[in-house]
Amino acid sequence: MTIRFDKLGVVIAAIVSYAAFAAPFATFRANRIVPGEARSILDALPAAAGPLLLAIVVGAALIALLKTPLILRLAASVVALAALALLIGVSGSFLTPEGNTFARISPASGFWLLIFAFTLLLADVLTRLNLSPWARVGVLVVAAAAIGLLLVSGSWNSLSILKEYANRADSFWAEGSKHVTLALGSLAAAVISGLPLGILCHRVEKLRAGVLNVLNIIQTIPSIALFGLLIAPLGWVATHVPGAAALGIRGIGTAPAFVALFLYSLLPVVANTVVGLAGVPRAANDAARGMGMTDRQRLFGVEFPLAFPVILTGIRIVLVQNIGLATIAALIGGGGFGVFVFQGVGQTAMDLVLLGAVPTVAMAFAAAIILDAVIEMTSTRRREAQPA
Amino acid sequence: MKEAGVKAWLPSLLRLVLVVLLIAFVTNPGWFEPLLKPLTENNAPAIYNQGSLLTLTLLHLRTVLIATVAATIVAVALAILVTRPAGVEFLPLSRSLVNIGQTFPPVAVLALAVPAVGFGEKPTLIALFLYGLLPIFENALTGLTTLPANVVEAARGAGMTGWQRLVKIELPLSAPIILGGIRLSVVISLATATIGSTVAARTLGEVIIAGLLSNNLAFVLQGGLIVAALAVLIYDGLSAIERYTARRMGQETA
Amino acid sequence: MIEIEGITKRYDATTVVDDVSMLIEPRTIAVIVGTSGSGKTTLLRMINRLVEPTSGVIRLDGADNRSLPGYQLRRSIGYAIQGHGLFPHRTVAQNIGTVPVLLGWEAARIKRRVDELMTLYQLDPQAFGPRYPHELSGGQQQRVGVARALAAEPNVLLMDEPFGALDPIIRNKAQEDLLAIQKRFGTTIILVTHDMEEAVHMGDKIAVMDAGKLVQYAKPAEILAKPASAFVETLVGASEKPFRLLSLGRVRDAVETGAAEGEAIPDDASQRDALAELLWSGRPALPVKGADGRPLGRVTVDGLVKRAARPA
Repeated sequence: MTIRFDKLGVVIAAIVSYAAFAAPFATFRANRIVPGEARSILDALPAAAGPLLLAIVVGAALIALLKTPLILRLAASVVALAALALLIGVSGSFLTPEGNTFARISPASGFWLLIFAFTLLLADVLTRLNLSPWARVGVLVVAAAAIGLLLVSGSWNSLSILKEYANRADSFWAEGSKHVTLALGSLAAAVISGLPLGILCHRVEKLRAGVLNVLNIIQTIPSIALFGLLIAPLGWVATHVPGAAALGIRGIGTAPAFVALFLYSLLPVVANTVVGLAGVPRAANDAARGMGMTDRQRLFGVEFPLAFPVILTGIRIVLVQNIGLATIAALIGGGGFGVFVFQGVGQTAMDLVLLGAVPTVAMAFAAAIILDAVIEMTSTRRREAQPA
Repeated sequence: MKEAGVKAWLPSLLRLVLVVLLIAFVTNPGWFEPLLKPLTENNAPAIYNQGSLLTLTLLHLRTVLIATVAATIVAVALAILVTRPAGVEFLPLSRSLVNIGQTFPPVAVLALAVPAVGFGEKPTLIALFLYGLLPIFENALTGLTTLPANVVEAARGAGMTGWQRLVKIELPLSAPIILGGIRLSVVISLATATIGSTVAARTLGEVIIAGLLSNNLAFVLQGGLIVAALAVLIYDGLSAIERYTARRMGQETA
Repeated sequence: MIEIEGITKRYDATTVVDDVSMLIEPRTIAVIVGTSGSGKTTLLRMINRLVEPTSGVIRLDGADNRSLPGYQLRRSIGYAIQGHGLFPHRTVAQNIGTVPVLLGWEAARIKRRVDELMTLYQLDPQAFGPRYPHELSGGQQQRVGVARALAAEPNVLLMDEPFGALDPIIRNKAQEDLLAIQKRFGTTIILVTHDMEEAVHMGDKIAVMDAGKLVQYAKPAEILAKPASAFVETLVGASEKPFRLLSLGRVRDAVETGAAEGEAIPDDASQRDALAELLWSGRPALPVKGADGRPLGRVTVDGLVKRAARPA
């Protein structure tokens, strides 16, 4: 029997051998600001756990390196990721001196590279398994539940990012809900006004180029500038329009951020509505008209359902983009996870940056997976309905 | 007929006016002070006074240029790799990675790059590079995998080696689509580079942030407008090149 | 001379080409006919090694076609395909010059050759050379495709359904052009088609393929007269046989002595065209004229009907 190597496995094995043996696994700092000291896997874990983790990652890397069945590769990546997730927590409590509340333990480059390598393996397996949309959402839910469980169980509590969290638990959830409100609220507003605008642009050709050009130009204004520019008009509204201030409209804060995100969201929604409606087969439209449908019946019965997957794609773009852009709202006092990111940058406290960045990335990632699944479900249903 | 003539060259005229205004503004911002003065309060300066707008504009463009060139080289090389027989195993994975990569917000990339390379231009370059990779890679992949089959077949049949096919046929044919990716990438980078000033990169974001901190709307407006004008002009320029290369091949452009 | 010996191509469990042997004489046209999936295109592509055979040998003028690297072999063999496959980003002249450039010819020699081929194909080099393929009509594109295949003066030209995408009138013209050029350069042509009409018209010999096997390889008249199997019979088309047989012969070979009324038919027209004209005009006989307009005699319905009967 000849031994055959997997090409991706070679890459993974190379990363793993560097990360496990040459890179630091965790960083120890006497307090939040001082530079850290690197600790290898064997130094960072209790006597038995260190060799165990080494054995697991080396074994998993070997499975990745050779041509092995998909199910084995799946098991290897999941076991390795789980071991890393559990043991980084163990390392946190192991390295923290008894009763010391200033010391900070954070995962170091070796840990992140190992996570990257095995996520790569997992992503490759999942891609090759060609999962159905429901199964993909299922994987996401399982992964989220596992991470949630680790957080609740407190096994990560001795890690620096959670120490930052512990100091700010209340504001974390407050900023989090502001972040979600900003991202989802502006999306909802953009859909409510963007859909009719898109339909109008589709029906009235004269409007199309003008509207799309204006929306295109708005997209080129850098986000921090647009946030800033909206401060003045909204401030004027707050002081001059009765009742506006009572609704929470102010020159700085959430209102300009909300309006800016709304403006950025309009282009993908309107453009995809126009593209989707334009892509409706002429034959379907002709048939509908031939059967005596009114314009309204045709819109809701034929055009809109056929254009739906394309419109959803626009909504996916907006949602992922808004979750990211909402971090910038913090610069003008709009709140959101960006608060931690910019505070962290200001204090050169990277754990604080992570406290803001990690949930943002996680939300954007989850939103992308869920909406991709929905898009695939709606468009396959349509494909089945059409004769081959 | 006369009306159609006006319509045809009006966009070019507008572009020309925009170029002239932009150059005038960054070289002689003092001329425009009366326009911006009403936006300031308490007699604050109307024109950014902590550095030259021209220098900042050039630095901004330089940052975007370096990041885009690097991203183009790497993205196109990767796309070529995964479309060759030796790298085809990586194709599905690379598509997934591109999809995942696009969900990373630029601010997060920027902030996370700081501990690795420190403050200044470097983290900005890294964020712009990583974020710029994705549209170019995606378009290059689309271009290289949707070549007309009979043209590639004819190239093989004519006795071209793999390298000759790539250089003489595949890359020129996918050039308009790859250019489209570069255009998207540049526009995103122009706007994202402003955020780089939150980690002390010297870009036009400095002007905007100074405006936000001192509550000076004139600063915010001038910084924002220069970036937007640059984006519109570069977008238009690249679109024109794209249309030219595509039209030569008889392809329709979107 | 092309010798194909025991050529087989298997993809996993399916055999696409199954132990095919045939011999193609120099300066002739061999047409490979078959339904889609019969393996005819794969067989053709194994000659210039776009597909590598699983087993068997192909020799070109005595030399194994594996004695050179594939790309060098392909530069010495012309190749024209359906839908022409012109490079859309290169001008007509650059397209035609592709292989000469690959072979490293001098610029002046390339230009001479390109101009010669374009003139031959009734495309003005000044007007059409600098244009891009999409600016040409379908028929012009097809001619450029064949000109490109012939550019490096190959002894062998492989053609895969070269006329498949053309409308009937242009196709006829393209076929006549190809026959004329084949005579002029003496190129050995192997042409793949699913159209029996085209096969009978163009081929010195016809190879019929079915399910990867070579079912019959013979002169057109023999294929029509003695189909080797029911499949060949179906492909020929029972009701078309007499007319296909007539289309093989020229009027000059059916001339009888005597005179007839009406417009004369040229002696190089096909016998099938002559019969059609006779039936349509309801006359028993047509006068025949030579290329110089001199009367040669006549053709009759009776005479042609005898020729359309199954050969002994």
